[in-house]
Amino acid sequence: MNSRFLRRRGGARGPLDSDGLSGRTVVIAWHVVWHFARLVVWGVAMALTAGEIQAVEIPAGVRAAERARIEAIARGSRAAVAIFAGEAGGGSGVLVSADGYALTNFHVVQPAGVAMKCGLSDGRLYDAVLVGLDPTGDVALVKLVGRDDFPFAELADSDLVEVGDFCFAAGNPFLLATDFRPSISAGIVSGTRRYQFPAGTILEYADCLQVDAAINPGNSGGGLFDAEGRVIGVNGRASFEKRGRVNVGVGYAISSNQLRQFLGCLKGGRLVDHATLGATVATADDGRVVVSDILESSDAYRRGLRYDDEVVSLAGQPVRTVNALKNILGTLPAGWRVPLVYRRAGRRREVLVRLAGLHTSGELAKIVSGGAETETPGDGEEKRPGRPGDPAPHGDGQKPAVDIPPALAGLYEPRNGFTNFHFNAVELDRVARRVATRHPFPAGDAPWVVSGRLEKGQPFRIELSDQRATIDLPTGTSSIDATGELDATPAPPGSGGLLAALVLWRRLLREGPATLGRTTYWGTVPHWSTEPPTEGQAGAGDLTAAPGTRGGAPLVDVLDTAAASVEGRFLVADDGFVLGIDLWPTPDADPCEVRFSPGEGLPTAMEVRHGDEVFGRFRIERIDVEAPAEGRQDTDAETPADGGTT
Amino acid sequence: MRTCAMPETPTRGASLLAFVVTAAIGAVGAVALLGAVALGATPEETIAGGARRVVKLYGAGGVRGLEAYQTGILVSPQGHIVTVLSTVLDSDGIDCVLDDGRRYPATLLGADPRRELAVLSIAGEDLPCYELPRLDEAAPAPAGAAVGGVSPGTRVFALSNLFGVAVGDERVSAQHGVISSIVPLEARRGAHEAPYRGNVYILDCTTSNPGSAGGALIDWRGRLVGMLGKELRATATGVWLNYALPVDEVARGYRSVLGAGVDATLATPEPDGLPYDVALLGIVLVPDLLDKTPPFVESIRDGSVAAGAGLRADDLLVAVNGRSVASRSAVQQRLAALADGDPVQVTVIRDGGIVECDLGPKPRAGGKP
Repeated sequence: MNSRFLRRRGGARGPLDSDGLSGRTVVIAWHVVWHFARLVVWGVAMALTAGEIQAVEIPAGVRAAERARIEAIARGSRAAVAIFAGEAGGGSGVLVSADGYALTNFHVVQPAGVAMKCGLSDGRLYDAVLVGLDPTGDVALVKLVGRDDFPFAELADSDLVEVGDFCFAAGNPFLLATDFRPSISAGIVSGTRRYQFPAGTILEYADCLQVDAAINPGNSGGGLFDAEGRVIGVNGRASFEKRGRVNVGVGYAISSNQLRQFLGCLKGGRLVDHATLGATVATADDGRVVVSDILESSDAYRRGLRYDDEVVSLAGQPVRTVNALKNILGTLPAGWRVPLVYRRAGRRREVLVRLAGLHTSGELAKIVSGGAETETPGDGEEKRPGRPGDPAPHGDGQKPAVDIPPALAGLYEPRNGFTNFHFNAVELDRVARRVATRHPFPAGDAPWVVSGRLEKGQPFRIELSDQRATIDLPTGTSSIDATGELDATPAPPGSGGLLAALVLWRRLLREGPATLGRTTYWGTVPHWSTEPPTEGQAGAGDLTAAPGTRGGAPLVDVLDTAAASVEGRFLVADDGFVLGIDLWPTPDADPCEVRFSPGEGLPTAMEVRHGDEVFGRFRIERIDVEAPAEGRQDTDAETPADGGTT
Repeated sequence: MRTCAMPETPTRGASLLAFVVTAAIGAVGAVALLGAVALGATPEETIAGGARRVVKLYGAGGVRGLEAYQTGILVSPQGHIVTVLSTVLDSDGIDCVLDDGRRYPATLLGADPRRELAVLSIAGEDLPCYELPRLDEAAPAPAGAAVGGVSPGTRVFALSNLFGVAVGDERVSAQHGVISSIVPLEARRGAHEAPYRGNVYILDCTTSNPGSAGGALIDWRGRLVGMLGKELRATATGVWLNYALPVDEVARGYRSVLGAGVDATLATPEPDGLPYDVALLGIVLVPDLLDKTPPFVESIRDGSVAAGAGLRADDLLVAVNGRSVASRSAVQQRLAALADGDPVQVTVIRDGGIVECDLGPKPRAGGKP
């Protein structure tokens, strides 16, 4: 050992070793001399510099930056979840709320089924239950139980992420973390708005973030964090190809904005689908993105989009390439309604389109149960083909034989079309309570009388009772039976079913969702202002410029109700105010859209649209919710005539 | 809170110097964090500025293992592009897509086969570009020396069309890393070596990805410091190399192509068409027609190392440095495994007898054989 050291130092080859004894003596001597010399030099150096050494502090900015980074990584680490899917492997997740909701990948939880064990950086293991699935987007929502003060990370606005931004991943690569403390890998954002084609049959990564932070098998589902420790994405995929399934500096994360757009639907325990426009596009010779095919049954077609129209923007984001449109659609849940701007013969048109689903619910269920081929591109956990009879994590009409640990008792309920219906009931209850708090009504079944004036000053009067709904308009009086099926001829004519919508509205406000029929929590949708989309006008960009979350509108809760063949959707604001109703007397037709302007108690105005037409704008001057009584004082529920949107 | 001692004059002695260096290294890492701020441009701006000068190239390929895309760097406002010479360019229709999505057909102006650098041209005007330094064909810098204004430890960004993930107006990918070392390239690609033997920057980030070749390596000031090389493996270890051709070599290659014209520069570097190491020694082997062509000597170049060592035409090479070589490719592999300067001894069969020939140290690539 020492002789080798000496040889290298001295550059001598061989001779010193030629005689064992003398060689060793020389070695020891050199050794002593060398160390002594080092000591002397060190001593002299210290003596020489003792008076001159200055304690130079690292600049405050550097220390602050380093401290901030350490804190951000600590925050991210606390929110990181190590997910164990039993023999099937596992992956990572990230907590996004104090009550234990954590995001991860569909392909991480798929082998785990409904119940799983999750480790946090505190070293503790928690039970978690599957809540919602978005198989196409490779996203799953799980809920950890046992605490109401889980550490969590905030979802950042991923549209603000720039190439070059610092980022880090906190996860469980190669399932290394036996103490559940995550591995951290840092890097920069390499690309934004990347589109990754579906691998296998589904799992499309649209508008995703590309990073050079190491993303390895097991990192799947874990958070990608920004410099402040906020979640900008969920890691789930990487480019591998030739070098085997390890990081080559090219990882992909589902953007936090896509996650936010699906979060409401996922919390509702749904099996969520992605959106389709019902049209395909192609790049024209001059570079424009034009419609190359369109389904006549699509809402886009009903709103006027035709073959060869140029698609300018969707959901407030410009469409300059075919990929751009895929990127936008790939981040939207089926059923959302977003602004579409298109151009025909130089004329710009702006409409709101409802997006249909990519799959039927049966197709989705098949994917989830493993019936359809699903590639798991971002992950290298040992993937074994599902054993026949493996429990499926969704309800497929039959209750799967799953082992639910005692800690999760009562937290799982299978139902067709849902991942875990228990959480739908939870969300429905949450929204119902809000509505009830915002709209308190005295007991009794007195009819409601809504009166006021139309845009041009003519009076209107609407009477809603448990038996009938009647509207008096300058054009005439219409009436429907409120006791039976609401799917009779939509009344008044041209409204698409305003009276039926108002009957449901009154029932929801007075008695809650239980009386409506089969009501579920749908999720969240962007709520567009009641400003109409103005065609061909210079200021038509208002829809896209509206402040709020992505796409230009705040997200609001939606309750979905089905009574016979009538389907209704209620939009409910955070404070419980019912912002509007969309009512479909028949499926695949334009609904009646009612939008209310919030007032102190009840709405101050109502706009009714059907298809591309505004049926009417109603300025509400008075709403009587109790039978007129002698000497009765006005209550809060009576709206002063101070409002009106027109 | 961390503090470190920082003597005013680092000239008190070697030991003291080492002490200072050690202390300084700790601080450098932290200072680098604020480097971007001090330089006036954020990393985001630096990358965005660099990406405008990088193009996505599409050409031949698309079959398994051979991508049909790579990266190029704009080096003149009129649309000269430097990139890596590869099979992607074996196409009549090379497409070039700029950062803003504009698409141009590209023409191959010429190539420097030794540096495996090609120059393309597109019909553009006032394009954003890097200006390559004007250098004469000076001798390459010694191993480990700082070249192109960078040194080991310099922080860099690699901008490339890796995996072809960016299309149209989507920006090329950015990776961050550090120049780990500056060393001569000793690599193989499959069974073949890279002909270039000069210095390259070895990087600590994974740039040996499909499509990365020809990408820009820029420093945190946004200066072009190198061009990402193609996918290669280290001769010694077999690991994939993440490396870049230094900007001065890029400049030399670019100027040599412009100076020489297409026909001259597209000719193979070795007049006899043989692998570089053999050619360096002055040995011309028989054409490689079979799977295991026996390594017969076709001819020996006058005045070459091999001629000096007494090798003759019709000799059959049977061993290199005592290890048998059964075929032409085996000869090449044995020679490839040697470092520049290693002794080269070949054993040949001549007229039924064994003859040893000492060729002296292996010549350095780039030197005159």
